[in-house]
Amino acid sequence: MKELRLMKGNEAIAEAAIRCGVDAYYGYPITPQSEVMEYLMSEEPHKRTGMVVLQAESEVASINMVYGAASGGKLAMTSSSSPGISLMSEGISYIAGAELPCLVVNVQRGGPGLGTIQPGQADYFQSTKGGGHGDYRLIVLAPASVQEMADFVELSFELAFKYRNPAMILSDGAIGQMMEKVYLPAQKERLSNEEVEKRHGSWASIGKKPNRERNIITSLALQSEVQEKHNFKLQAKYKQIEETEVRYEELNCEDAEYLLVAYGTSARICQKVVQLGREKGIKIGLLRPITLWPFPSQIINKLANQVKGILSVEMSAGQMIEDVKLAVEGKVKVMHYGRFGGMIPAPDEVLNALEEKLIKNN
Amino acid sequence: MEDTITTQDIIKNGELVFEKTSCLTDNVLSYCPGCGHGVAHRITMEVIDEMGIQSETIGIAPVGCSVLAYDFMNIDMQGAAHGRAPAVATGIKRVYPEKYVFTYQGDGDLAAIGTAETIHACNRGENIVIIFINNGIYGMTGGQMAPTTLEGMQTSTSPFGRDVERMGHPLKMTELVATLPGTCFVTRQAVHTPSAVRKAKKAIRKAFENQKENKGLSFIEIVSNCNSGWKMTPVKSNQWMEEHMFPFYPLGDIKDV
Repeated sequence: MKELRLMKGNEAIAEAAIRCGVDAYYGYPITPQSEVMEYLMSEEPHKRTGMVVLQAESEVASINMVYGAASGGKLAMTSSSSPGISLMSEGISYIAGAELPCLVVNVQRGGPGLGTIQPGQADYFQSTKGGGHGDYRLIVLAPASVQEMADFVELSFELAFKYRNPAMILSDGAIGQMMEKVYLPAQKERLSNEEVEKRHGSWASIGKKPNRERNIITSLALQSEVQEKHNFKLQAKYKQIEETEVRYEELNCEDAEYLLVAYGTSARICQKVVQLGREKGIKIGLLRPITLWPFPSQIINKLANQVKGILSVEMSAGQMIEDVKLAVEGKVKVMHYGRFGGMIPAPDEVLNALEEKLIKNN
Repeated sequence: MEDTITTQDIIKNGELVFEKTSCLTDNVLSYCPGCGHGVAHRITMEVIDEMGIQSETIGIAPVGCSVLAYDFMNIDMQGAAHGRAPAVATGIKRVYPEKYVFTYQGDGDLAAIGTAETIHACNRGENIVIIFINNGIYGMTGGQMAPTTLEGMQTSTSPFGRDVERMGHPLKMTELVATLPGTCFVTRQAVHTPSAVRKAKKAIRKAFENQKENKGLSFIEIVSNCNSGWKMTPVKSNQWMEEHMFPFYPLGDIKDV
C-alpha cells in the first residue's frame, strides 16, 4: 500500500531508493542535496533492506564506486549538486561508454564555478549534451514536485536497465529542499545475487563461471574500427530511446495562442503564469518536458503550428531554448526568459516578459 | 621429415613439469620482452587457480601498461578510469562481500592520479587486494617521470634527471599505506629472480587468504623493471633495479597484522 508523508524532495529520493530495492548509494556531501545521504544514513538501510550506503572521499570516488557496483548488475546510485556533477563527469562518460545502468541525481545550484547554493537550472547543457567527453547520452528526467522526486527513482532504474545506460534525475535546490506531500511506493525486496545473475549474467562482471566466457566491463577499444562500431551501436540505442521514451506534460495547450516551455521549478512557476495570463485574457499554454533527453521535439513542433510565439523559461541564461528552437524549425518566434545565479523568477515577471518579448511585437 | 619433434613428443604422460594456468588466456602478452608484468600476471592467476576461486573473483584493471590486463587474465574484470581502481573495487566489493576483488595498478595510476582513492580505500580497510607494480616510470605513454621515479633518474619529462628541489621527491606509497589502520598486510616484493617470484607469489596467496578471512586490505607492491622506459636491456635493467631501486624501495614485509 502506498504511504502518504510530508517530506523534502531530497528525503523523498532517499526513501524511494530504499523502497525500490536499490543496492548501493555512494555519495559525497554538497549543498543543496546533503539530505539525501543524511536521510539514508539515519534510516540504516543496511538493516531495512541490506542496502549499502557509503560516504566516499570525493565525487570522483563516488561515481567510480557506482561504476563498480553497476558492473556487477546491481542497482547503484549517487547524488550531488552542480560542482560535484562536474567532478563526476569523467566517470559518467566511462559508465556510458561501458553501457552500465545506474542513477545519478543532480540537485542543481547556480553556477558557474562554486557559484551559489541557491537553486539553478544552468546544468541543462551538461546533462543533455554531454558533460563528459565523447559521444554519449544520459536519459534525463526532470521532476517538478516532491512526488516526482520519489517516482522517478524507480522509473530511472527501469529505463537505465532497459537500455543499459546511465539515467539522471535533473532536479534543483528548490525541489530538493521544499516539503510536499508524497505517496511513497510499497517496499520492494532487493534482488538476490542469484536473480541478478539470472537477469544480467550475460554481461555483468560477477565471477567467471565455467560455462561462459569472461565478462569484461570496459569503455576501451584501442582499434578505431572497433571503437567506431561500438559508437554506432550506442547511436542506434540512443535513436531507439528518442523514439520510445519521450515524456512531457501539457497544461492548457488545446486553445493556447502563446506557449511556455519550462521544466522543474520553472514549470511550477509557469503553472501560475498560465493562470494569471488567462485571467487577463491571454491564452497561454505550458509544455513541460519531463524527459530533457530525449527532448519532446515533436509535440513542440506540432504546437508551433498553432501558437503565435513561444517563451522558454529557465533558471539559466538560455540553454533549453536551443532545443526548443531546433524543434520549432523557425515556424514561430522563440524567446527566452530566465533568472540565474540562484535567483528564481516570479510569475508576474514571466508574464511581463511574455507580453514584452512576444505579444507587443506581434 | 621423420625426426620432427611434435608437441605430443615433448608432453608425455608423467613428464609434465609446468603448465600454464587456465586462469590465463592464450592471448599474446602486449608487454615488452623482459618486463615484469607477465610474471606478475602469471603468479596472480596461479594463486586464483590454486585457491579454486576463479568463479568468485573480480579483477579491476587500471590505465597504464596493464590497461589490457583483462585480455590476459581469464576472469571477470572491470576496466577502471585512470587511478580509480580502488574506488571501483570498493563499489563492487561492498555489494558482493563474499566475492574476491583485487586491483592491479601501476605507479602512475596508483601513486599519482589515484592517490586519494588508494589512501581512502586503505584507510576504510576495504576487504580487497591491491597489487601495485612500481617501475618508477610511465611506461605506456612513453617513459615520463612517475611519482616513484628515483632522484636523479632520467625520464622524458626529467631529461636531466629528477631534480627533487623542483620536481618533488619519489613517493613511498607502500610505507605510507602501512601507517593506516585499515591495511592488514603490506609488503614489497619483486619478480626478477626465481626466488623473488616464489616469495611474491607467497605474498599474493597470503593477501587473498586475508580477504577470505575478512582481515582488511592487503597491499602488495612489486618493484619491477621497465627496460624500454629505462632504455636498457632486460638483464641490465634488472641489475640496475637491484642497485638503485631496491636501496630506496627495500623488499620485505612492512606490516603483517
